[in-house]
Amino acid sequence: MGVEQKLGNMGMVTTSLETAVNWARTGAMWPMLFGLACCAIEMMSAQASDYDMSRFGMELMRASPRQSDLMIVAGRVSKKMGPVLRRLYDQMPEPKWVIAMGDCASCGGVFNNYAIYQGVDEVVPVDVYVAGCPPRPEALIHGVLTVYEKVKAEKFKDLAKS
Amino acid sequence: MDKLLEPIIKALQEKFGSTLEEFRAEVHVFVKAEQIVEALILLRDEHQFELLSAMTASDYWPQQSPRFHVIYQLSSLAKNVTLQLRVPVNGDQPKVPTATRVYDVANWRERELLDMFGIEFEGHPDPRRILMPEGTEGHPLRKDFPLGYEEPQFTFNYEDIDLRKPYAKE
Repeated sequence: MGVEQKLGNMGMVTTSLETAVNWARTGAMWPMLFGLACCAIEMMSAQASDYDMSRFGMELMRASPRQSDLMIVAGRVSKKMGPVLRRLYDQMPEPKWVIAMGDCASCGGVFNNYAIYQGVDEVVPVDVYVAGCPPRPEALIHGVLTVYEKVKAEKFKDLAKS
Repeated sequence: MDKLLEPIIKALQEKFGSTLEEFRAEVHVFVKAEQIVEALILLRDEHQFELLSAMTASDYWPQQSPRFHVIYQLSSLAKNVTLQLRVPVNGDQPKVPTATRVYDVANWRERELLDMFGIEFEGHPDPRRILMPEGTEGHPLRKDFPLGYEEPQFTFNYEDIDLRKPYAKE
């Protein structure tokens, strides 16, 4: 994250720059196609014409992790799928955010057994959890708007590593 | 019992000395583990049971002593009958000869039984786990395998679960 590391705390310039950078990040945040199970249908319908997610900047869903910023984990993650999910998350370039969509991704849902992770936060760090089985498209859009609020509140000094 | 099944059951009982159990329209024939391949060949070649519709297993621990029953569900399309063969197998080191030379579909079914119950099939060409990831210990569908690995979360035990949960690092 070059911008954050080069600047530091320069007062008013930093604040305006933060606003501009965060506005740019929320203006066109492209999600990665990670629909695993039933929640994928609601994600597809949120992207389609009736509940349009393109109004919020998510013009299209990229299948490649290298070209996306937001990973919406929609559906249950089994123990066999866990390493795959982690690898795709690692391939996404910074800055990246994760939405755990639905009950199965947030907490294991109705499945409390040997094969399903009880919450995808055992595999990837999650920013926003959206509850529902499946969550309505409006609920997913609310989750996306919550991620946007989180992004708008990010400050450079939290993100600068050095 | 179906009229067409009666001579078949009689032939099985004479040749292998197997016992019989009936439940509504189902007929279960108990066969020993050493005899199962011969019985399958007999049923496939002479009595036209072309299809192995299902192959599964049941765990009757701790109520019954031969703990596993390996269940072969055979159907005959020509005669329109179904028959179920059961093989009682012990709990420690369960071994059954493989049915892959008789029915090809038994290949993956036996791998599933190896994965889920731990029943080994002698002579199987590819004995490895099929459903669970590699390196899993234990066999999930046995009755002594724990049901889930996290207790249901309420407000009173939320903090305990939160402390123990393996959250992912960045």
